[in-house]
Amino acid sequence: MFRLNNLSLDYGKKPILSNINLEITEGEVVAIVGESASGKSTLMSHLYHLKKAQVALCPQEPNLVPSLSAFHNIYAGSLNEHNFFYNLRNLIHPYSSEYEKVAAIAAKLDLKDALKLSVDQLSGGQQQRINIARAMIQKHSAFLGDEPVSAQDDFHKIKIIKTIISQFSTCIFVLHDLDIALSCCQRVIGIAKGKIIFDEPVATITKEQLTQVYSHHQLAFNNKLT
Amino acid sequence: MSHESRCKKSRFQTSVKPMWQSSIFFVLLSLLCIPFIDLELAHTSPLIELRKMFDGLLHPNFIIDGVIDALLHTVFFAIQAVVLSSLVGFCIAQVYRLPGIRALMAFLRSIHELFWALILIQIFGLSSLTGMLALAIPFSATFARVFAEIQQETSKEAYHQLKGKHLSRFIYTTLPLAWPRISSYCKYRFECALRASVVLGFIGLPTIGYQLDSYLKIGRYAEVAALIFIFIGLVLSMRFWANRFTMIILFTFSIILLPPTTPPESTSEDNVEMAYQLLNDITPTPIRNRSQNEIISDTQLPSLLWDWFSPVLESQILPGVGYSLLLGQFAFALSAFLTLLWFPLISKHLIKRRIYRNIGHFVLTTIRCIPEFLLAFIALILLGPSLIPGIIALGLHNGALLAHLVGQYSNELKLRSDTSTATNLYFFELIPRIYGQFLAFTLYRGETILRETAILGILGIPTLGFFIDSAFEEFRLDRAFILILASAFLNIFAEQVSTLCRKHIHAYKPSLISR
Repeated sequence: MFRLNNLSLDYGKKPILSNINLEITEGEVVAIVGESASGKSTLMSHLYHLKKAQVALCPQEPNLVPSLSAFHNIYAGSLNEHNFFYNLRNLIHPYSSEYEKVAAIAAKLDLKDALKLSVDQLSGGQQQRINIARAMIQKHSAFLGDEPVSAQDDFHKIKIIKTIISQFSTCIFVLHDLDIALSCCQRVIGIAKGKIIFDEPVATITKEQLTQVYSHHQLAFNNKLT
Repeated sequence: MSHESRCKKSRFQTSVKPMWQSSIFFVLLSLLCIPFIDLELAHTSPLIELRKMFDGLLHPNFIIDGVIDALLHTVFFAIQAVVLSSLVGFCIAQVYRLPGIRALMAFLRSIHELFWALILIQIFGLSSLTGMLALAIPFSATFARVFAEIQQETSKEAYHQLKGKHLSRFIYTTLPLAWPRISSYCKYRFECALRASVVLGFIGLPTIGYQLDSYLKIGRYAEVAALIFIFIGLVLSMRFWANRFTMIILFTFSIILLPPTTPPESTSEDNVEMAYQLLNDITPTPIRNRSQNEIISDTQLPSLLWDWFSPVLESQILPGVGYSLLLGQFAFALSAFLTLLWFPLISKHLIKRRIYRNIGHFVLTTIRCIPEFLLAFIALILLGPSLIPGIIALGLHNGALLAHLVGQYSNELKLRSDTSTATNLYFFELIPRIYGQFLAFTLYRGETILRETAILGILGIPTLGFFIDSAFEEFRLDRAFILILASAFLNIFAEQVSTLCRKHIHAYKPSLISR
């Protein structure tokens, strides 16, 4: 689905990604891990722009419209499926069929009670789930999520990631939470200073590899590692 | 070289530099202008007139014939113009990026409402259509620009994250994000329209301005004071009555009671004929003569045109532009100074008690809602015809308006709880934080100040407007037209300078590129 050969990207004069070689096939569930400012989000954004028409994106910044309801913000993910007048009518007076469709997704993400509230009345965690719901309403088989559950509590984190994986055949997550990466994904890519340090199936990742990626952190995660 | 000495030698790299450069440039420009300005006062003892005015202020006479009618005309012209121009402006804003549209809008708004009225009177007479269109034409162009800028400044992230057709994404992201600013701008513009509607009265349309003009000319200050109080009351009370529903009702009423039409005796054929006549009248005399008199050859025409144009250029355009620029520059400097002086009146960081801030709000709003044209008229009666009344009128009006905007902006700042107080707070916390926004607001307003200098000419201050008004009075419409064009180009020039300065104070941002 994605193939990168020797990709390098700069921001101004500052290099962000260097010599990235990567292949992700359909059906894979991949986590990209690494410290802040290591280039994960840039890589994610690059992948999105390569296959914009085929993937559902859940960006780190939700960029929702605060004055519109959660329903309208989620529905906005499917604007391209309808014509302008249909979208306009749905903005002024929502169609019940559209409401039901959005409500079904919202229910999976514990958002049903928030659907009619404007986004500026919701918590950061709820806004992040609306961001995910907006990606889920899109009829795509692949999901790209940049720290999609960073503002959720531990219980919701795993539940939401599993919900996403159950809907999309291919998933690529940027994650800070190594526990989730190791327990929910099939493959983990470690990035540090704009370079891929390791790219391994979960079963073969070693503690040393993770230490290389998280050099500044005290690693504290459960011992599912070999 | 040690780290310490390297630090000592290196320069500060802050975003303040372009702001100081712009500020120093304008201060130096004002100082350089001083030798060219005639600041002499014609009236050596304005005290007698001032006392009469003060007496009028203390004893206003509210029993004025036809005041309700004048008030309704003022409000109806304003509401019709704002509704029409906001709709037209919104549509044009969607294609504002096209260079042709930008240029056309810049041209339309560069001609003042008062000049539009003077032109339209030639076609539609002193009718309600003239009043409405004189406001709606330049306002549409202003709305187009402001709406386009609001949409441009609205975060594009939400828009780009969605897939779909432009219009669908627009109504789900850009429009709701921009809506609060669009609706508050419409409200502000309605206030401007009320002021402009008053000013139209000074050239004969039946608004409050007509009565103000009549009473000012005969020195009946009790009636003048009453009319000013009524208008201030109207504007100050807007926050209680001007909402979406009352505006719809008011608009409907205005269309029923004062439909924007020409007088019943004039037919549409008459209007077409008048428009044709106007086109003929604004054509430069040598070209008009040539169509009537075939003796003039192609080779003679340029020299005849130059003979016609050069006295206008030398005796009217150049001195008019010079005076407009001088007046504009000093009014701009005074507005900026008054803004920094007055914004603390409503700043919650400097004035802790709400009651005092409310008094500040009241004072600033009162000064701001008096049309600058009226302020200049009063100052002229007191001080006689020189640049000073113009500088005072434009400085006071714009200073109060800008102080209001900057004060509101300062109230949105979140300061640390251990912040300093009084002068330290003002100079080292507030001024550095508001300065960028203050400059942006002031530069933006600078364009309007220069635009307003032209119309003060109608009162006798020798800016371009003075010569335009004289040309209309002498019915030399070809000359009036060329002078209006000169005033339009001057305003477009000011707009370009202001835009350049505002760009200069913005910081550089790098973007992501592929190696």
